[in-house]
Amino acid sequence: MSAAPPMGLLLELTHRCPLQCPYCSNPLALERAGVELGTDAWLQVLDQAAALGVLQVHFSGGEPTARKDLAVLVRRAAELQLYGNLITSGVLLDATMLAGLAEAGLDHVQLSFQDVEPTNADRIGGLAGGHARKLVAARLIREARLPLTLNFVIHRQNIARVPQMIGLAEALGAQRVEIAHVQYYGWGLVNRAALLPSRGELDGATAVVEAARERLKGRMNIDYVTPDYHAARPKSCMGGWARRFMNITPSGTALPCHAAETLPGLQFPSVTAMSLAEIWESSPGFMRFRGTEWMAEPCRSCDRREIDWGGCRCQAFALTGDAARTDPACALAPDHAMMAEAVAARGEAPPDFVYRRIGAAIGNS
Amino acid sequence: MSGVPAAARAPGAPDERAVPAFGVGVKFRFDQVRDRWVVLAPERLFIPDAPAVEILKLVDGQRSLGAIVDDLAGRFTAPRAQIATDVAAMLSDLADRGVVRL
Repeated sequence: MSAAPPMGLLLELTHRCPLQCPYCSNPLALERAGVELGTDAWLQVLDQAAALGVLQVHFSGGEPTARKDLAVLVRRAAELQLYGNLITSGVLLDATMLAGLAEAGLDHVQLSFQDVEPTNADRIGGLAGGHARKLVAARLIREARLPLTLNFVIHRQNIARVPQMIGLAEALGAQRVEIAHVQYYGWGLVNRAALLPSRGELDGATAVVEAARERLKGRMNIDYVTPDYHAARPKSCMGGWARRFMNITPSGTALPCHAAETLPGLQFPSVTAMSLAEIWESSPGFMRFRGTEWMAEPCRSCDRREIDWGGCRCQAFALTGDAARTDPACALAPDHAMMAEAVAARGEAPPDFVYRRIGAAIGNS
Repeated sequence: MSGVPAAARAPGAPDERAVPAFGVGVKFRFDQVRDRWVVLAPERLFIPDAPAVEILKLVDGQRSLGAIVDDLAGRFTAPRAQIATDVAAMLSDLADRGVVRL
């Protein structure tokens, strides 16, 4: 039986980025510019993705606008009727680049902010003047008539300002805003104590989002992503392992999620060695946790096994050392107590950030 | 399009003169691989069921809600009032989610 085709494809075009956010979704072992795929290889990926059934392509990074060939890739995606989404920090954008991307057929821009308070935003992102440049970028995106989503990653050092974040999205003319709690693997896990909110802080943010959703219904959508550490049930990570998404690293390694390379013993093929269809349908790494066959108890007999698909494999491995265990985020998991222990251990004052830099993380030599 | 409770339809039902259009950044297209119509939106996509596809095919930013209902009433056997109620309910729901504007 062949797998249903993927819906979305995330291209990490580069790991280069002017920002150094301490919760970056890129791996601790960042790939250097010299190993990045060339334009032709990325064009081939897009062609194969469309043939396979991918519907949406996310041009991401690192900072994707650091790639000189971004508009060429966007144009090919548009020709293939792939819905093209740019995920950007905005700090390298200018009017000329945006006009080129709009003309090439880009469908949507997701612009990240680190906070609404400029000094704190620049401190979190690790780039002086970054926040001011993002405000300019938002205006330029609207002037290029591109649909805009604002993305705020929230944590204990900015969570008090969720109301102002939603207000900024309204003021900048965004159609959508994402209020996304940090997900704690990779850099986020390294910086967990500096980022993890308390239960009270989480509940306060949730209440603000729910009220704003009601007020803004039909005008602006709010997507809200909660942190696992206060949850009773795990998230449906990636909509299930290798069920909906594929991620490709700058050097062309195809992954079921952006953190999958942290799992030991799994081999993930390069798009330069194998077609996307072969990788999706038959590579052992993609098949390893697809569906429910791999599950042990309590997942195996759980009536939610096809709702949350056992939660996050990378989180299960990072916290328990076994990628096939139930995600500790689940209250039914034998390891669930470690989530509350992590919250208790976060300390009164947040420790300093370990910024996302090549070679910065412990164990990343 | 059934299953919408009557109480949920009546208040705030859209005017038949309203002209529905797709929301900003929303695309509705046929996917050859799945042999299905799909709605693509920022960070979201969904595969509408057959009745929704018939309605969405008529959403072009020019036809009024009333004209969409007339078109469907001419092709399907259900009473016009029933079709009007169902179309309004579905488009109102999609408008709340930002997929269409009414």
